[in-house]
Amino acid sequence: MSVRRLAKEQPASFAFSAESQAKADWWKAKYPAARKQSAVIPMLWLAQKQEGWVQEPAIQEIARQLEMPVIRVLEVATFYVMFQLAPVGKTAFVQLCGTTPCQLRGALDLRSVLEKKIGPAHSVSADGKFSWEEVECLGACCNAPMAAINDYYYEDLTPESLAQILDDFAAGKAPQPGSYEGRKSSEPKDKIQTLTDPKLYDGSAAKKIKIPNLPEKPKKTKAEPAA
Amino acid sequence: MAIAKVNGVEVEFEPGMTVLQVAELAGEEIPRFCYHERLSIAGNCRMCLVEVKPGPPKPQASCALPAAEGQEIFTKTPMVKKAREGVMEFLLINHPLDCPICDQGGECDLQDQAVGYGRDDSRYDENKRAVEEKAMGPLIKTVMTRCIQCTRCVRFITEVAGSPEIGLISRGEDVEITTYLGAAVTSELSANVIDLCPVGALTSKPYAFEARPWELKKTESIDVMDALGSSIRVDGRANAVLRVLPRINEEVNEEWISDKTRYAVDGLQRQRLDRPYVRVDGKLKPATWAEAFAAVSAKIKATAPERIGVIAGDLQDAESLKATKDLFTALGVKNLDARQDGAALGQGPRESWLFNSTIAGIEDADVVLFVGSNPRLEAPVLNARFRKQWLAGKTRFGVIGEQVDLTFGYDYLGAGAKTLSGLAKAKNDFVAAFEAAERPAIIIGQGALARADGAAVLKAAAGLAKTFNVVREGWNGWNVLHTAAARVAGLDLGFVPAEGGLSTGDMLKPGALDVLFLLGADECESAASDAFKIYLGTHGDAGAHKADVILPGAAYTEKNGLYVNTEGRVQMGKRAVFPKGEAKEDWSILRALSETLGHKLPYDSLDQLRAKLFADHPTFGQIDFAPGSVPTVFDLAAVGGEGEATDAPFESPVKAFHLTNPIARASVTMAECAANVSAASKIAAE
Repeated sequence: MSVRRLAKEQPASFAFSAESQAKADWWKAKYPAARKQSAVIPMLWLAQKQEGWVQEPAIQEIARQLEMPVIRVLEVATFYVMFQLAPVGKTAFVQLCGTTPCQLRGALDLRSVLEKKIGPAHSVSADGKFSWEEVECLGACCNAPMAAINDYYYEDLTPESLAQILDDFAAGKAPQPGSYEGRKSSEPKDKIQTLTDPKLYDGSAAKKIKIPNLPEKPKKTKAEPAA
Repeated sequence: MAIAKVNGVEVEFEPGMTVLQVAELAGEEIPRFCYHERLSIAGNCRMCLVEVKPGPPKPQASCALPAAEGQEIFTKTPMVKKAREGVMEFLLINHPLDCPICDQGGECDLQDQAVGYGRDDSRYDENKRAVEEKAMGPLIKTVMTRCIQCTRCVRFITEVAGSPEIGLISRGEDVEITTYLGAAVTSELSANVIDLCPVGALTSKPYAFEARPWELKKTESIDVMDALGSSIRVDGRANAVLRVLPRINEEVNEEWISDKTRYAVDGLQRQRLDRPYVRVDGKLKPATWAEAFAAVSAKIKATAPERIGVIAGDLQDAESLKATKDLFTALGVKNLDARQDGAALGQGPRESWLFNSTIAGIEDADVVLFVGSNPRLEAPVLNARFRKQWLAGKTRFGVIGEQVDLTFGYDYLGAGAKTLSGLAKAKNDFVAAFEAAERPAIIIGQGALARADGAAVLKAAAGLAKTFNVVREGWNGWNVLHTAAARVAGLDLGFVPAEGGLSTGDMLKPGALDVLFLLGADECESAASDAFKIYLGTHGDAGAHKADVILPGAAYTEKNGLYVNTEGRVQMGKRAVFPKGEAKEDWSILRALSETLGHKLPYDSLDQLRAKLFADHPTFGQIDFAPGSVPTVFDLAAVGGEGEATDAPFESPVKAFHLTNPIARASVTMAECAANVSAASKIAAE
């Protein structure tokens, strides 16, 4: 993680589209009126969804809508690394996991693919379509190495499959997310040897258990009138 | 009262206190950086670690841990010592070793506590992180590499000052204190973050590289920039005032001062009148004291008393007011006025022009009505108290006057006298609350009084106070918020026109007078008068420009003097440096002048003058006593005068906060601040 700053070049203005504004209003309505600042993270997220990254005028707009000091919105936007403070690739924004399990399984090779095909990290390719960054663990270690591209996880990658995915994106296709090794979610990679007993899944192995320290069930009495 | 043990000694404490406070009760010093008595608890510096029993077998942050009955607190065990050393070592990982070039050196919490509680060396030899400097405006200099992220500045500006402009961005080891994209901090209390900063990250920009604290002569004095009379410490070296710091005074300013109080002092070095001047052939020429006195006395002796007028300024000490009044009364002059703005005060009981609830006592009020006052600009430190009450949800506020951001929420009732007089019959939520209040207060500002119909407005306000029973047994909620440090002293002295005398406005009319004596009066249109003008003051400001004789006086840091603040508290200011050049203390100039006029004043020293002052006006003898601290009931019917109030909206007399007096107007720092504020308001208006 490095020092997070707003991008130097910023658009002159920002406005929520009708669709995102409707979603923003839903979030604002979710919290009590006096606590509507709670919607700051969802709203930053909506602004990022709309524009691809969090723009400075968007921070101002969110502060205005939530009636909170603009510095507070900036604090939130710079705290969470999921908020992109500079433009990202329009077609595909690759977040490559570089944490230990993925690295052991070949994330470094994936990185050189990205460097070759897109360029250095944190910089948008010349056509504006691609950019990539290395991120910390995305929690899909069973399917290492992996990368998140836009909204989806692409797992069990090899340099070849990643290159193919990028080419597909470039060609305007939408590559299938998930494992690129033909696995179903994160089930064992080779022959399945454990948890094979079908009884495990039909409920017959279950025993009735008594959970300790449960509060005593109140004896059934006449229902009290609502206060 | 609960009991806990601190290092084996039993201590009684109020339930709700933290372990840190209990340890302090027992006389133990707990090192801390982020904890501050007047701010919310953050608990992020970890310097205040102690050991508690019963509790987990690890050090606990005492600032954020509530003390419990029967708790044993240890502050001197090996575990605590090791914990403190560890925290200090962590804090110093990224803190630069630039103490020799740091302005905080010598008064730095980190420096002191590193010596007191740290290891002798560090085990970290990695590179230190560096952080870019941040722009925070003309007052706050930043060296952010020194920051230890205690967030005191963020909490102060958000909680106390009420203009959340400073924040902590990013996270982890990358966090940085900053304003939004380098905007200047606009709060009137902003520079207090410099005092709060425990390291040299936020230091004073105008004072940068000026002096080390041990070189300075420290004088405890009283501020004159507003009518609060904040307690200050004036730090001077040789014959220059280098800086002003707040002193803790719970009764007045807690431990804050406004930016103007702190930074207008560079104006004491500029535009000064350091020798007498006499106008010869339309031009002011330097003169000797004897020549100046000769010119003055020749003119005064040749003029009938009713053609002589005296106007006193806003920064005057009580002694110079007394000497002036004694001298000119002896000459038979009736045209005396200490109210440059023409405020309709000074008649009736003393309570009618005081802030009777007292500054500390206003915190007990449950509903407060502002009439023609903008406390944020007129008394920023007092405004912080209102905000504190509002944040605690203890006080409800209503405003008649300008609708501006006061940093706290209020019910806006209306703009002018019509709202004021109609309020008793108005049916709204605020009026109902005001009626039901146990301790209602009215705060009437100079915006409502310093106008042609001021007396009528005052009467309407007094009528309202009577209707709502604002002055009652055990509670006096009638408050006048002054803007001038000298005003209450002037009114207490009776420095107002005698029977048949002219007030400021009438004196300034062309042809009204032949001789006009201006005692540091710079806020009135003295240029309009065609009289022979004698100016006794400190700065080449409005009053001196058109003067015919200039007598150079002493500024508030250059004389011992008494000041009476808006609540009627008499406070003693001390001399920190000597008057500039040939200038003299004001009272001694008047004493010398009285001799040439043949009406020698009956005192030869300041002590004798004070003795006379105390004898003639006993209230001045009660130093540091706020009369309102013993609530007195007085007759509101005697307050105010006849006349019809117009419906012109009330406007605060303080338009440009940073430029309200000759010292501030001569200050470069204040000029920068004022330019900053006007630029910010222009952007806001767009």
